[in-house]
Parts: sequence; C-alpha cells; structure tokens
Amino acid sequence: MPDIALAGPSGPKPKKRFSRANIFLYGTLIMVSMYYLLPLYVMVVTSLKGMPEIRMGNVFGPPLEITFEPWVKAWSEACTGVNCDGLSRGFWNSVQILIPSVILSISIASVNGYALSHWKFKGSEVFFTILILGAFIPYQTMIYPIVILLREVGLMGDLGGLVLVHTIFGMPILTLLFRNYFASIPEELFKAARVDGAGFWRIYFQIMLPMALPIFVVAIILQVTGIWNDFLFGVIYTKPATYPMTVQLNNIVNSVQGIKEYNVNMAATLLTGLVPLVIYFASGKLFVRGIAAGAVKG
Amino acid sequence: MSVVEDGTLKSPKRPMRLFRNPMAKLASIPMILTAVVVFMGGTLWTVVYSFTGSRLLPKLNWVGLDQYERLWDTPRWLISISNLALYGACSLVLTLTIGFFLAALLDRKIRFESAFRTIFLYPFALSFVVTGIAWQWILNPDFGMESLVQGWGWESFRFDPLNDPDTVMFGLLIAGIWQGSGLIMCIMLAGLRGIDEDIWKAARVDGIGTVKTYIRIIIPMMRPVFVTALVLIASGIIKLYDLVVAQTNGGPGISSEVPAKYVIEYMFRAQNLGQGFAASTMMLVSVIIILIPWAYLEFGGKKNA
Amino acid sequence: MKLTTKLLAATAIMSASAVSAVELEVTHWWTSGGEAAAVGKFADAWNATGNTWVDGAIAGSGGTARPIIISRILGGDPMAATQLNHGRQAEELIEAGMMLDLTDVAEAGGWTDIVNPSSLLDSCTLDGKIYCVPVNIHSAQWLWLSHDAYEKAGLDVPADWNEFVASAAALDAAGVVPLAMGQQGWQQNLAFGAITIAVAGLDAWRDVTVNKNADTARGPEYTAVFEAVANARELARDSNVQDWNQATNMVITGMAGAQLMGDWAQGEFSVAGQIEGQDYSCLPGLGLNAILDTGGDAFYFPVNDDPEITAAQKELAALLISPEVQVSFNLAKGSLPVRGDIDMAAANGCMQKGLGILADGGILPSGDQSLSADTQTQIEDLMAEFWSGDMPAADAQARYADLIASAD
Repeated sequence: MPDIALAGPSGPKPKKRFSRANIFLYGTLIMVSMYYLLPLYVMVVTSLKGMPEIRMGNVFGPPLEITFEPWVKAWSEACTGVNCDGLSRGFWNSVQILIPSVILSISIASVNGYALSHWKFKGSEVFFTILILGAFIPYQTMIYPIVILLREVGLMGDLGGLVLVHTIFGMPILTLLFRNYFASIPEELFKAARVDGAGFWRIYFQIMLPMALPIFVVAIILQVTGIWNDFLFGVIYTKPATYPMTVQLNNIVNSVQGIKEYNVNMAATLLTGLVPLVIYFASGKLFVRGIAAGAVKG
Repeated sequence: MSVVEDGTLKSPKRPMRLFRNPMAKLASIPMILTAVVVFMGGTLWTVVYSFTGSRLLPKLNWVGLDQYERLWDTPRWLISISNLALYGACSLVLTLTIGFFLAALLDRKIRFESAFRTIFLYPFALSFVVTGIAWQWILNPDFGMESLVQGWGWESFRFDPLNDPDTVMFGLLIAGIWQGSGLIMCIMLAGLRGIDEDIWKAARVDGIGTVKTYIRIIIPMMRPVFVTALVLIASGIIKLYDLVVAQTNGGPGISSEVPAKYVIEYMFRAQNLGQGFAASTMMLVSVIIILIPWAYLEFGGKKNA
Repeated sequence: MKLTTKLLAATAIMSASAVSAVELEVTHWWTSGGEAAAVGKFADAWNATGNTWVDGAIAGSGGTARPIIISRILGGDPMAATQLNHGRQAEELIEAGMMLDLTDVAEAGGWTDIVNPSSLLDSCTLDGKIYCVPVNIHSAQWLWLSHDAYEKAGLDVPADWNEFVASAAALDAAGVVPLAMGQQGWQQNLAFGAITIAVAGLDAWRDVTVNKNADTARGPEYTAVFEAVANARELARDSNVQDWNQATNMVITGMAGAQLMGDWAQGEFSVAGQIEGQDYSCLPGLGLNAILDTGGDAFYFPVNDDPEITAAQKELAALLISPEVQVSFNLAKGSLPVRGDIDMAAANGCMQKGLGILADGGILPSGDQSLSADTQTQIEDLMAEFWSGDMPAADAQARYADLIASAD
C-alpha cells in the first residue's frame, strides 16, 4: 500500500488549512477511504490471527499474536475433499491459463486491429461491428454453444480450452483498443513504408509494434486482471484438476469441514487477490489508462 | 502473392478481389470466426434451441413458446428479475452519484490525491469472488459489523443484511459498489479534468456557487462521460453472477437469485437446457432493449467516433 | 453357461489388473469431514491394487457438482468414474450411450444376488443392462438430537418428532436454537420430505411422489404437512448456517437441539468423537414410523476409448462393491452397505437401527428415483422460498400441488 505520509503534495496548497470546507473535504475523503479500506484491513488482520483469537470474536482489532500459519495453510494445506494441497494448485493452474491467454489474445487482437486500421478490406467493418456488438451479448447465451465447440475440438476441461475461451471473449475489447491506437498513427508513415515495398508483416513488426508498446502494456494489464479474476468460465469449462484460483478459492471457503477457519479463508482470499493487486499497485497510472481504455468500448 | 491463376474469368489486369491483401484477411480470420461462429452462431443456436424441449442434451423437439410460458410463470425467475432490477437501479444511481461525488472531491486540488485515488480504485482490481467473500465476512452478524458495534456497548444494534430476505440485495449492493465505484470515479475524474479552467473562472465571476456550477454547468457538459459510465455499469449489472455465488449463493432461500444464475442452474443442475436457453434469450432481449435507445442516441443523430 | 460368462469376465478383470498401473480420475462431491474420510477408504483400496486414485472432489452439494460432472461427460472429457445419485439423473446420459455397460462385471460378481434391497440395482438398470455400482444406502428421514442441548433445557431427550416440537419452547428459553437448518434448498426439501412421511404417512407420500397425484397434494394430509413445516420453519428461525455440516455442528456443540438430516450426518458425529446414546440420539423415521428411503450414491463409469482404462474401470467397479471395501467405506460414511451378506457388527447404534429397519422391509424409494432433476429443482426452489420467508402454508401447498401436477 502506498504510504500516505510519503506522497507529495500534488496541487497548490489550499489557502486556509483548517477552513470549514477543508475539514468537510478531508473528513469526507477519510471516511470514504475507511469504507474502501475496511475489507482489506479486516482480511489482513484476520489472516494473521490464530483460531482461538477469532473465536473470541476479535475481528476488527489487530492480532494479539501474529501468526503466518493461516497463510501457509491456505497456500499448501487447505482441503477440498481429499485433496489437501491448498490454493497452490489453483495458483499454478491460473498461471498456466493466464500466460498463454494473454499472449494469444493480445497477439491476435493487435494484428487484427492493425489489419482493421490500415488494411481494410471489403466486409472488414461489418465483421468488426458484429464483434463489438458481441461484447454486449450476455455470456449466458454463448455458454452452451461453446461447450459444444470445445467438445468438437477436444479441449473441454483442458487448460487449453479455457485459453481459447479467454481469447475469444477478450477479442472485442482488445481489437477495439488496438484498432483505435493504430488508426491514430499517421497514414503517411504507413504509406512511406508501402512505397519502400514493405508488406503486411514487415510494417507490423518494424513500424507498428515498436510504436505501440504503451498500448501493449495497457492491454496486458487489462487481460491479466480480467483473466485472473474470471470465475464463470473457470467454473464451467474446467474440472477439479484444472480449476483456476478463483474457483478453488470459492470451493475452499464454501466447503466446510467442522469449524469454519476464517483466518485460513481470509489468507486464501488475499492470496487470490494478490496478483491483480500487485499489478495494480505496480502499474499505477497505466492501470487507470488501462481501465479508461476499457471504458472506451462504451 | 503468387496465388492468382485459378481458371478465373476476371480480367488479368485486376487481381481477384478475394486475394487482395491476403495477409490482412488471413490475420482477420480469428476475428471473423469469433464474430460469426461464436457470437452470431452461438447466440442464434441458443435462441433456436430455446424453442425446444431439450433436457440434458440439446434436441430439436419443438415445443413452441412453452419454455417462455413456464419461465414467466416461475417464481424464482420473477424474483431474479426483480432482484436484478432493484440491484441495477440502486447500483446505477449510487455508483454514478458516489463516483461523481468522489471525483469532484478529488478535483478540488487536494493533497494526497493519488493516495486517495489508489484507495478508491484498488477494489476494482479484485475479483467478484474475492469481493463477495470479504464482504460475507464483514457482514457476518457473529463476527462482523454487528458484533463490533455491539461490542462498543450498543447491545441492540442489528445489522445482518445477508440473512434477511428483504435486505440481502442491499448486502450485495454494498459489496458491488465497493468493487465498482472506483472505476466510475476514475472516468468521472478524467471527464472533470477535461473541462476548461475558464469555465470555473467564469462561474466565479458570475457569482455562481460551487454546487450550482456542478449541477447547472459541469454535469451537462459531461454528458458523454456519463453515458460511457452508464453503459459500463449497465453491462456489468446484467452479468451479475460471481458476486452472488460467492457472497450469498442466492440465499437466504432464493431471495438473492439473479437471472444469470438461473440460466446456469437450469442448464446444468436442473438438466433442463431448454429452460436455460429461454432464460438466456430473455437476458439477450433485455440487453437489446437497453442497447437500442443508447445506440440511437449515440450514433443516430450525429457522427461520433 | 452362466458360470462360463462369470469366469470369462473374471479373467478379463484379472488380466486387466495384471496390466500396468492405471490412473483413474474419480469425481465426487464428498467434501465434509466424514465424507472425505470415507472417500479415503476407496482411494486406499484402489491404490493398494497398484493403481492410482486421482481424486476429483468437487466442493458444494450435489447441486453444484452434478452440472460440472455432466458437462464434462457431455463435453467429451469424461472422468474415469463419478459419483451420481442413481435413478433418473443419468438416464439421458445412458440413453446417449455415454456410460459404460457394467453388466459383465455385475454378472461375474453376482450383484443380483447380493445387492439388498434389490431396488438399488434396478435403478442402475436400463433395458436389462447395468450401468452403475451402488455403493451405499442413504436414508433421509432422521432426526438428530443433542443431549447437551436438552441438558441445558433440563428436559429428557425426545423420542419422536412430536415430542421434539413440544420441547421446542423450553429449548428456546434455554437459549438453544430448537432446530438447526442449513439454508439450502436441498436440505429444506429433505426436511420437508422427512416431515411429510412422519405427518402424512406412507400412502399419501407415495401417492404424491410416485404416482404424482396432485389431488392428494392438495388434500388435508398435505395441509397438515405444510402446517407442520411452517411450524418447523419458526423453530429454525435463528439458524443462519448454510452447509448441512455446519448445521450438524450446531447439534454437536449443543447450540441447537436437533437437526433433520440424512444418515450421513452420522459421519460428522463420529469425526467429532461423539457417542450415540450418550452425546447424541438419532431417530430414524423421526421416531414415528419405521420407514426409510433407500437413496444412496452410485458410481457411473463414462465410456472411454482407451481399452486399458475401460478394463481398469471395470476393475474399480468390482472393487467398490467388494465386501471389505463396503464395510470400511460405510463405517466411515455412516451409511449402510449395499450388500446383505456382510457383517456390520462394528456399526454403531444408529446404523444398527437403520439396518434393522431395512431388514424388516421398511423401504420406500427415494425421490431421486421418481422425480426428474427438473422437477426436483423446482421443488427445491419452492422449499427454499418457503423456509426462508413468510410464505403461508396454504400458498406453498398450492404451488407444490401445481408442481406435482406438471411433474415428469
């Protein structure tokens, strides 16, 4: 978390420090911040407590005795059925889904966006419009046809199947993102390259790709968070051995053996949220650009 | 570029249409397949099969509108719809209000702006499953808010939204807004930053108060931003599923069921595909109903990139 | 003639086991403490044959797990074996040729002679062929009572449902939740079914559930049932847990007086180290009538192209019903074995009561076997709505009767 005390002033100083307006302003902001921070705080402190302390009902206070056992347990011991290998399996599944999905969806969409911006052909806009409209279709209407599709290509239940699904559903927004970006690159640059005899792929790799690095970063942020956080596709198109982390988390938390181990559950929840949170805090402004770009689809 | 002669009738001067810039077309194949096969084909397939009596396996045994009649006669579907309407309306209004309000506060040239922005936006990085579980824990009457306030000495304090059928949707709403309002704030903030400083100066010269300036001048100027935010929230609402599964799983009873969950459960758990397809078709129809007026407003009158 | 087929099948199984070790993925939804221990018995037995049990536990109730299992089978990615409640759930899958025909294994093992009651095998049978292995018998009509809670209230432990209802006010006054109830449709439906048999009696129940007679469902017997359930709903008002085993845990810890749950709750009491008659009591048929249903779990084996796996599947099928495995599994699970020919002396009081009722023929078919998944889901939805809200008993009855009228 960013240290508030270290963040420098970003605007001109308010005229009076303790004017009524300022007290209202900062008071409100701090109150609202508490609402946003509360769950994170509660998850962190709960995950560091032992079960006896939780049974005493001390949820909001800091742990009297810090223990990392719940984290260890959540990662490597928490059970669903006789599988007691914790969330680690889901984590590695998610990684194995994430990396190929991100690479595949972004490479396809970037080439697509490039083709749509500089190599328009008859019908290309029609297909593009269908694609964008597809982004608004509720997933529910496509779930079953995709079961059939995956069955036909033999990928049902495989990590590969989920990669395909993520590539498909990431396509509208990513294609739009890249198309708009490439369209903003001056036409002259493209024409000059054509005159030099460069073809489709050479222009893409030598001119477009190097210029498009920022948008690639945005796309990666968008996809990493989106795919990591997916639950619906994960629950439908996988099997227990290939469950992504979100599905496994839900299983661990909502399958109880004896007493609910809230501290382990919270550690598991935090572990699942860690990857997107790290991306978020590390990428800073780019994340905002990423979601703002995601918002353009509207 | 050597694929030309194929016994064509076209004049040799013009290369065949189909083979002009073949690479671009090749590169577009995944997009075309996705758009046509998955999006169009899949949706059509579901719509067609919603008129069948398919149970566990899709079969073309036509039953006309039976599935739809049953759907609109099923209390659980009606509850799902009204839940979604309630959640949707509240979420729309509250997210827009909170998002705008926070953006306006952050736009007042305050200190630590980026810290506040970071705090408001981080939930958006988390999945709905994580959000649902975290809030399930905080709203738990034995451990969460209720016991905290009771511990302060207010013994009669009751705050147990998730176990009361009348309030459970608000429990979900608290979590949903927590997760999504940061995004709207960001979009609003970007919109506010795009507004010329001079407008503020002019307003001040004219002696218009701050609040009045926002309502009378700034908000109308931000119409496109509001529309974007609106579409964004709306498209998220109809997908509401993960949050419910993780936080309440539709309970207590069926009082927090939502349409997306109805579809999944009738398709897979009740082994009544036809009913699931009919429900998903209704979801599609409602999206279309929302989308058409928006598309008309946005693209109908003037050209807009 | 019969002997030769038996021998042939037996040698086929033998030769299969001689082949190198095979990994079989087995999916199930047994994830509570007692259940997981029971699955462990299967896994141990299978691993002991030199093969490998790959556990595919799916958390949540059958309602969560079944769709995952079915969509995988339909999706062309079948597991080697899977738990399903037998009966109508798998009908369409069998009809579509997606399940392995186990008839030869069954003949070799003489299943028709050993499976008791024989209705279990009937529900595995379609067109004269056997498609699943019943592994246990579960009955739903049990009332579990906490001695601890009754001690707090200063009362004797009730001997039947009516006494329990009468004692509820005293429990409440002692700060004990009278009835523990998990807020999930299937549990509420189970409680409804148990109360139905206790209140309306067997004939009315059969007329509605098996014959789908909606008039009986509208009749006075069922009016009494719905009123009893509405009363039970009030007794469970303060029970906020979700999962059945959390509700059982309320009984174990004395936070609740009783729970209506199937005999699998037994496993939770064992895991908690409680002793029947001392820490808790169990009343089959709610103490009112000596009748239990014989639902239960069965394993199906989806068709696989790999002959090696097919052979191993048959080997596993034979193993699951073998005497030793039946004993160790069912003791852990708290369910009754499907074989009438094994010694269950090790079983505790509750299981002995159940065995006694079965031996006396107090058997009724499980709702799973007579209602389709679709109807079952609709009834569960209705029960979920009824139990968690304030729906008047008469409304619930009318809607239930409508569902029965349109049931298939």
